[in-house]
Amino acid sequence: MTQDTTQSTLSGNLQLDLGGFALNSGDFSIPLQGVTVLFGRSGSGKSTLLRAISGLDKRTRGHLTLGEQTWQQGSKALPTQHRDIGFVFQDAALFPHLTVRQNLEYGIKRLPKTSRPADFQEIVQRVGIEALLERETTYLSGGERQRVAIARALLTRPKLLCMDEPLSALDWRAKAELLALIEQVIEQYQLPVLYITHAPAEVERLADRVVFMKAGQVERIETLQQALARPDSPLFDEQGAVSVLLGQPKEQADGLQKVEVGAQALWVSQHLVVNKPTVRVRVLARDVSIGLADPENLSIINHLSVEVSELIPQGEHRVLVRLRLADGQHLFAEITQNSAKRLNLQAGLPVFALIKTVAMTE
Amino acid sequence: MLEIFGTQINLDPIWLTLEVAAMTTLVLLLLGTPLAWWMSQMRSSNKVLLEALVALPLVLPPTVLGFYMLIIFNPNGMVTEFLQFFGFEGQLTFSKAGLVIGSVFYSLPFAVQPLMHAFEAIPSRLLDAAATMRASFLDRFFTIVMPLSQRGFLVAATLTFAHTVGEFGVVLMMGGNIPGQTRMVSIDIFDHVESMEYDQAHILSAMMLIFSLAVLMLVYGLNRRFGVKVG
Repeated sequence: MTQDTTQSTLSGNLQLDLGGFALNSGDFSIPLQGVTVLFGRSGSGKSTLLRAISGLDKRTRGHLTLGEQTWQQGSKALPTQHRDIGFVFQDAALFPHLTVRQNLEYGIKRLPKTSRPADFQEIVQRVGIEALLERETTYLSGGERQRVAIARALLTRPKLLCMDEPLSALDWRAKAELLALIEQVIEQYQLPVLYITHAPAEVERLADRVVFMKAGQVERIETLQQALARPDSPLFDEQGAVSVLLGQPKEQADGLQKVEVGAQALWVSQHLVVNKPTVRVRVLARDVSIGLADPENLSIINHLSVEVSELIPQGEHRVLVRLRLADGQHLFAEITQNSAKRLNLQAGLPVFALIKTVAMTE
Repeated sequence: MLEIFGTQINLDPIWLTLEVAAMTTLVLLLLGTPLAWWMSQMRSSNKVLLEALVALPLVLPPTVLGFYMLIIFNPNGMVTEFLQFFGFEGQLTFSKAGLVIGSVFYSLPFAVQPLMHAFEAIPSRLLDAAATMRASFLDRFFTIVMPLSQRGFLVAATLTFAHTVGEFGVVLMMGGNIPGQTRMVSIDIFDHVESMEYDQAHILSAMMLIFSLAVLMLVYGLNRRFGVKVG
């Protein structure tokens, strides 16, 4: 990624009192690069913070700067229409009295004279809505509506793209398709993105860093690696500990995709051709078993040579084992206390990680 | 003069009524729109007071409203003197201006309520989305709010016009009953009845009845087809 060192940030401290709920973010500073996910339970203030950042609520107080530009100072706020942000709402928020094309043109017509319009054809094709352009928005499916909303936001040439749970209203199939699309779009246009979700899978797939929100406050801001290295990470609340390994995709064979992680190889079920230099591979800790020797004649094909770096007791007689790969990446395995004792696991011990299911997240 | 079924009908009150109703409708759409928007966006408890104030003409005897307006707008009153300071000549009561002023207050709820309901029905997300696409407030109002509240405007205009045509008490108080100047149809009917001219009263009353029925059917038709809320 090409990014200069004097990277600008979105930083501030915002308050927004909604009567029943109060946002009191505390100081935060978010680098304007890659995808920053705002993560937290519903009611933690994610959406309120995003609305405050966008200037969509006049009751916002505090201060906020984007790079050199001041967006909020006390009660004085730069109006949303001057902030150069794109926003994709949970329910798409398409204008019902306009066709798809007119929805897209709404933003283009209001571009500042100094900025070059984005390539309409290219964006429309990329999000896959060429066939919908002349349609009324009322009869679009949920997935189609979000595609239009994404194209509409991109066409305004934003400096910052905000997405408020764009997938939450969709069924699983549309969700998977849209997630892949969002990933592509972010990659292609290199836009800084603020993305709200409460689904850990979306975080693991998209995030470069995570803003954890709790009770109207920014609890902490971590890189995805930091967030996943913490055994008590809120990301693990649903499915238990998860590891995300970075690897290089290689050849495909028998419906499996080879991904090189360090000097070792993982085979991942994959039906799409991947043409990216690096992919993320997501492994649930409970899908990882440990062997002292490399077992042969096993249906599990993914065996990684690793080293035990830490044993973390989990309660209910279970242990979370942090394993270190040769290239420094780490992998969690969740096993029973009994197994840990039988194998006499301890830090520094070389073992083999046997992975039952591996999902490539892209 | 027009002859219907052998009866001479003076058309002046009819033209005057239509003119006053049209002017009132225009003024109320211009003033009522910002007021209705402001009220639709209010969150505080002041909204209750404002809603009640706007609805007052619905329950107050028109004579009460007319009486207070005579006090406020009389030729020696503050409002008239203030306007005279800027070179205004003439008076605000017992004139066409008086009729329009009285009608504007009397028909206020019929313009503001449908507009307010139409504005409230617009999801605020749409306006947020428009703001992120660099639309200013007025831009958003003209390109999102107005098109989405078309029916509200139609209902407001229709009801205001019809209600103004049908008023009696306020125009009598504010306009008096000057033939050719401030005599509107409803007062004209009253005069005919007083003078036992039942033929004229019959014809004018039937005209009013048909007109009102047609307007109400139009409004309820809109309600049924587009779900416009009234009242």
